[in-house]
Formats: sequence, C-alpha cells, structure tokens
Amino acid sequence: MTDALLNVTGLSAVSDREGGLPVLRDVNLSLRKGEVRGLVGESGAGKSTIAKAILGILPRTVRVTGGWINFKGRDLLGMKPPELRNIMGSEISLIPQDPQTALNPGRRIGVQLADGLRLKRGLSAKAAEARALQLLADVQIRDPDRAMASFPHQLSGGMRQRVLIAAAFAVEPELVVADEPTTALDVTVQKEILRLIRHMQEVQGTGVLFVTHDLGIVAQICDSVTLLYGGKVIEDGPVRSVLENPQHAYTRALIAAGPRYDRPDAGLEPVPEEVFRALRQEIGIR
Amino acid sequence: MDRNLLVATGIEVTYGKRASLFGSGKPPTPVLHGVDIHIGRGQTIGIVGESGSGKTTLGRALLRLVDVSSGNITFDGKDITHIPENEIRPLRRRMQMIFQDPMASLNPRHTIRRILTGPLLLHGIAGDTAEALNRVKTVLDRVSLPAACLDRYPHELSGGQRQRIGIARAVLMQPDFVLADEIVSGLDVSTQAQALKLLKELSTELGLAMAFISHDLSVIRAICDHVYVLRLGRVVEEGPCERVFASPSAAYTRALLDAIPLPEYDPGWLERKTEV
Repeated sequence: MTDALLNVTGLSAVSDREGGLPVLRDVNLSLRKGEVRGLVGESGAGKSTIAKAILGILPRTVRVTGGWINFKGRDLLGMKPPELRNIMGSEISLIPQDPQTALNPGRRIGVQLADGLRLKRGLSAKAAEARALQLLADVQIRDPDRAMASFPHQLSGGMRQRVLIAAAFAVEPELVVADEPTTALDVTVQKEILRLIRHMQEVQGTGVLFVTHDLGIVAQICDSVTLLYGGKVIEDGPVRSVLENPQHAYTRALIAAGPRYDRPDAGLEPVPEEVFRALRQEIGIR
Repeated sequence: MDRNLLVATGIEVTYGKRASLFGSGKPPTPVLHGVDIHIGRGQTIGIVGESGSGKTTLGRALLRLVDVSSGNITFDGKDITHIPENEIRPLRRRMQMIFQDPMASLNPRHTIRRILTGPLLLHGIAGDTAEALNRVKTVLDRVSLPAACLDRYPHELSGGQRQRIGIARAVLMQPDFVLADEIVSGLDVSTQAQALKLLKELSTELGLAMAFISHDLSVIRAICDHVYVLRLGRVVEEGPCERVFASPSAAYTRALLDAIPLPEYDPGWLERKTEV
C-alpha cells in the first residue's frame, strides 16, 4: 500500500469514568490519499472517540490500551506533544461540529484565519491576510471583504461553517477530520456545505474522515464507510457495496430504520431487539 | 358535528411588540403572516420548515401558548382565540404537548411516578393515587417501559426512554389533540423509529389528532396524513402527503426534498442544484 495516508490498527481504549468500560474494541481502518471515508454509528458507537484519538484530543478519562494510529508512516500515539503540535493544524486539521463555539466570538473572522496561516505556514501578516481573503472567496462566501471584517455572530450558521471549512483547508492539510459538520444546519444549507467539502477535498486531494450518524450523508459524500457499534467495526467497505449489499444484520436493520420521504412506510421499523442482542453477544457487551 | 377539531385561520404572530423600559424597544417582527390550518379529528398533520420558518411559533399559537395578533383559532367548535386563561385551563387537558427535549420538560427532582400520576390527580382523571397508578402502569406497559421506571428519575433513563415518558404523559391525559414539536430530532435512527411507530399506533388506537412539527420531511412522510410546508412565516404548500411528496407544486418543497440525502448510491446528487 503506497498511497495509504492513515492506518488505524487494533485501536482499543477504555473509559476510566465508566469503570474501565471498553469504548473502542480493536478498531482497524484505513484512509488513502484523497479518499473520503465515512465514520458512522449511533451515539456511543465510538466514532467521535476515534476522531479524537487521531487528533490527539482524547479526554483524560479515556485511555488507549492498545493499537497504532499510523499517519504517513509515523505513529501518532507514540509522539511527543511538540511533534504532535507540528502536525495538528498543518498536516491534519478539523472541521468541528458546532460553528457557534469553534470561533472566537471576540475577534474578527479575518484575524482568526490569518493567525492560523502565520502560525502554521509562517506567512507575513500581509500575506496571511491576502491568503485569508482568497480562502473566503474559495469557500464561496459572496462578500469576502465584509466577512473578513465581521465578528462570528454577524454571520449565519452556514456562513460560519464555510469559514471553518476555509480554516481547515487553509493549511492545505493531507487529512481533514470532519466531525458531524452539518448537524446544526438546515437541509438546504447542509447540501451546500457537503458540496463545498467535497469540492475543496477534490481540489487539494485531501483525505477526509467524515464522522456522521447519517447514512444518507455517507451515501452522498463518501467513497468508503466504516460502521461502528459499541466501539467495534461492524461493517467496512466501499459505500455502494455496503449500502446495496450489507453483510451484517445490524447494517441492514439500520438502513431500514431510517425514514425516507420517497417511501411512506419507511422509518417505522426499529432495529429489532434480536439484532441488538446478537450484536452485543458478538462484541462481548453484557 | 364539525369534522375539524382544530381550525386556525389567518394566524399572525408578532414578537417584540412591547416597549422596553428604555426607549421604544425593538420594532415588532412578524413571524407568521396569515397562516390557515385545519386539523380533522384523528388526523395527523405535519408542519415542516427550516429554521426561522415559524413552525414552532405556529404550534404554540395553536395551543394558545403565544398570543396571536390577528386570526382565529377554533377548538372543537369553540373560539379560543381570546378566551381568558381560566377558560383555557379546562381545555389544556384535551390539548397536550410533547416536547423536543424531554430532559428539559421533565422535572429532574421528581420520580417518573410523580411526573406521571401528578397530572392525573390534578385534572381529576383519577380519583385517588391507587387509581392513578393503575392507569400509569397500563400506559407505561403500552409504551414498552418496565414498571421499574416508576421509581427512577429522568436522568436515569436513556433519551429514547425519556421521550416515551413524554409520550406517556401526554396520552395519559386522554387528549383529543397532541402537538409534537421536533420530538425525534435528538434521537438515534433506531430509537427514532421506535418513537415514530409508537406515536403512529397510539394516534390510531386513541383516535388522536396530532400536529407533528419537524424540519425533516422524511419523518413527516412516515407518520403524517397531511403536510403544511412553511417558509418565512407563510404556508407555501399544503396537501395530502401522498400528493405533496409525489409531485410537489411549490419550488421550495421540491428544493427541500432534493436537499435530503438518501442512503442510496446516486452519483449525481451532490452536484444537482435546485433553485428556489
């Protein structure tokens, strides 16, 4: 495998807050350069924990008990903080879930974008500002000059999310972790944001790990998908084959459980209790 | 007898009318510009819209939880638009609400037993505690919750279980009408299906009329007979779900539908644009 960007191997973790309860169980996943992989599961599945482990921001209460996170041949888990700081925000960046809290409310957009570029790319103040303006134009903000001078609260949720996408791609990272970046948005805005992420990713050839609970989003933006339950990988493969020919009963039930506007009787069949029971047994959850 | 249980015509709601202590206050902002809605007995209608469409305000206006600045609301043949609070109170039992966030709508210091039996005694539906408890147990069983829940506090239950407590609390009042505002938006898909299925069954069993507010057209499709599409305080489309979902007449409805990602392989979806 020459073009592997990220390889997570046998990653296991426990939560000390919950008395050593396993939160990740021997997780394997890989991401090629320029690939968009969906990391999908219901709450508690471990998708966010994996994202946090990659970004090096696991809460203190979660302890990694085994495995590797290999990014371009280097193990992120074994790295010292200064080394990690060099990688984060420059080779790996994040599109956060909540555009409300991710931006500093007291500083103008332009300043916040330029800061990152000066810090991570070593640009001069002037060059950083010019680049920030260009980035805002790249993410299709209509009046970039005005956005530069705005405070976060003066922008709509969709606009703020565009700014954060600009920030994530500003450093031309090789890996972007997108943590449910559209949950707070209306569907029409969500579609624009998804299109934008895909567009930026294609232009820069970025690998994207897209964390979501929505199989619909996975279907429309991802190349491949890893489905988790209880911290374990349940299904993994190219999006089309997973959706059209799911191997696991849980995957099938989950697809059937979602309501669909084009099918009046969809969305009323909960995942059967037997499926959960079998799943818990398989994973080893009591 | 009128076939319609709840009829609202020309509903206008304006916020920020009152002058503040300092100066004149904010100019009034109208959020609903003349909305007409009618809900038949036993019928489930959906109200769908994006943020700022006024869907929550409309729901609250139907229950008289906000005052309308213009328009009329009739419940079971009685004009309730401007009747005083003491005349609404007896109607409150018949018009129940299920809230979006059950954690915020269930008293954290009360046990489930107290949360569910309290209103029964208050409204005199049950004569004494024993009778109230009997009714509660029957309904708990109906919403697939064990009787052991009774001695739990809201925070000890899962999100899906809490939402079923919210549903149980509403149906215990033997209402004619239930307003459900975004009640499944915080739930996982498998839990969401459970709540939707339950609600659909209950509305049939009890002959409930329901207004189901959601931003998600797929959810509306699963449980509603009729849908109203709201945009910026106006109904841009309404009709039976079958017709609206098969061939929407408003461009906005079309755009909303086209923006929903379906879990199926569709390579052109992302680039397809629908102009409103």
